[in-house]
Amino acid sequence: MKTVSLALRNLLRKPGRTAALAALTALLAFSVFGGSIVVRSLRHGLDSLESRLGADIIVVPSSAQSKVSFQNMLLQGTTGAFYMDAANLDRVREVDGVALASPQLFLASLKADCCSVKIQVIGFDPETDFFIRPWMEESVSRELGELDVVVGCKVEAEVGEIIRIYDERCKVIGRLAATGTGLDTAVYCNMDTMKTLLQAAEAKGVSHKVSSGDSDEQVSAIYVKVREGCDIGEVNSKIQGHTRKASAVRTKSMLTDVSDSLAGISSTVTLLIAAVWVLALVILLIAFVMIANERKREFAVLRLIGMSRGMLSGMILKESALCSLAGGLIGILLAALAVFPFTTLIETSLGLPYLRPETGVIVTTGLLALAAAVGIGSLAASWAAFRLSRVDPGTVLREGN
Amino acid sequence: MMLRAEQISKQYFRRTGGANYFHAVKPVSLELQPGTVTVLCGRSGSGKTTLLHMLSGLLRPTEGRVLLGETDLYALSDRELSQLRNRFIGVVPQGRSVLDTLTVEENILLPGTLYAAPDRREAAARWMARLNIEALAQARASELSGGELRRTAIARTMCAAPDVILADEPTGDLDDENTALVFACFREAAAQGAAVFIVSHESDALQIADRAFRMDAGEMNPL
Ligand SMILES: Nc1ncnc2c1ncn2[C@@H]1O[C@H](COP(=O)(O)OP(=O)(O)OP(=O)(O)O)[C@@H](O)[C@H]1O
Ligand SMILES: [Mg+2]
Repeated sequence: MKTVSLALRNLLRKPGRTAALAALTALLAFSVFGGSIVVRSLRHGLDSLESRLGADIIVVPSSAQSKVSFQNMLLQGTTGAFYMDAANLDRVREVDGVALASPQLFLASLKADCCSVKIQVIGFDPETDFFIRPWMEESVSRELGELDVVVGCKVEAEVGEIIRIYDERCKVIGRLAATGTGLDTAVYCNMDTMKTLLQAAEAKGVSHKVSSGDSDEQVSAIYVKVREGCDIGEVNSKIQGHTRKASAVRTKSMLTDVSDSLAGISSTVTLLIAAVWVLALVILLIAFVMIANERKREFAVLRLIGMSRGMLSGMILKESALCSLAGGLIGILLAALAVFPFTTLIETSLGLPYLRPETGVIVTTGLLALAAAVGIGSLAASWAAFRLSRVDPGTVLREGN
Repeated sequence: MMLRAEQISKQYFRRTGGANYFHAVKPVSLELQPGTVTVLCGRSGSGKTTLLHMLSGLLRPTEGRVLLGETDLYALSDRELSQLRNRFIGVVPQGRSVLDTLTVEENILLPGTLYAAPDRREAAARWMARLNIEALAQARASELSGGELRRTAIARTMCAAPDVILADEPTGDLDDENTALVFACFREAAAQGAAVFIVSHESDALQIADRAFRMDAGEMNPL
């Protein structure tokens, strides 16, 4: 029987004590793993949104609610429809410093007989688009034809299925990868399909005309990429001055709100984790002192029969390492069970983009959490071990009489 | 091997009384010869346990040396002393010394598992039978009576076949029959060459003594 098996026996044969200690480490691992995963998912969601948007400036109609509704559409996947004169597209293209400008048209389907699902429909222009296409190329191989649509990963429609939008039968030809943003709940089509859908909606009494405009054509948003080397702020104000009834928004400033609330949530979570850790560490130390007292005689007997101070410390450390390893694994498992199945719940209650990090990141976070839990357990134990190995066995054995 | 104490004493600090410190054990020399049983009697608090702990390497004397053969116990490192005690010195301490988390058999085998040593299961079975605890081999210590615990501790010491056996009130919890049994075991160990030292505040141990001493307020005198 090496000291490992003695340690293991000590743990298994005092299940209550072992469970209490393991529960403490489980709490440590749970808080740090669960908390980090939530924060990392939020950060990943924001990163994904940032890289997805890929535009420096977005031009939307200047009506008060259009910017908010656009933001909600991106962040929370609520539906929105707002329009401006399509002439604005040419005006944007005329502005010096604009490298690319691509229009999008929005339509909200209804939760009514004519539509399979209530959903945001986004029409884009395949010729000029630099926003949807790179993303689409990851998962859809062919071009979008008339009445072809591609769905976001959260839309309940299978590839090959027909979905009805204002009684038009659209064929789902692809499904996009998750972004963790509102873009996941939208349906994408080209401009021709969109115009057909708009007319169909018109026929159902859902109007999309702008009251006064130079042309009959409308767009909902214009995505702008600024030429390399040009100042985005400058181009932004030029566009602002050059367009009508439209406002140009810098993508960065739109995301600032998101990253601000993300920073707020991050620090709250970090604070919570820190509080849990301080508390658990204090309890852990108290627990070790109590256990050390309770086991003083046991350790004195081990010294009596020939265990050296080093062997005794080793045994105590092994016990605590085994115990906190088990506790840490349990804590991480519980955190995974708490965080992963409730992704949607967390996402909607926070109202922020939320995207599960890559498996590698999750595994690394898990290992770090485990290492931290075992480390802190061993730290508390080594302090106890140090104190105990200094205790004079003769005195302890005499005291017990 | 012979265990020899050279003028060992133990002083403790104590506030009450005239002096600030007192001798729990006054300077004493003692030789424990292989094959002999030495018995130390004395009243409670006279310093018997203190002396026994100093002899076992568990308590450093204030002055003097303890030698096992030619080795000065207190000149060794903790590692060396621990291993030496495991190998050569068997201590039956006063009070409880059986581990709750282990069975009786595991307790008895425990010293043999700390360092490389031949398998002792046969010896363990023999000593359990000798001490009438073989039926309890798989019982946990928490289920045992005081007398059964005492005999387990004695079996643990005997099983390791040490050169020196130091027993502190080994029959304190035992009835007459078991007391006789335990004394017979110690005699047998001595017959096989062990140096046996028994501390007792009762005089029944004297019947198996080759040499006997009496402790009085830290002072040891031949009886
Ligand atoms: N660590 C210590 N600090 C102070 N005094 C001590 C210490 N250890 C022992 N003593 C004192 O030394 C004296 C001898 O104690 P010891 O335990 O050796 O007695 P004993 O003869 O074994 O008694 P008993 O028969 O009751 O076991 C006692 O008066 C005790 O109070
Ligand atoms: Mg005593």
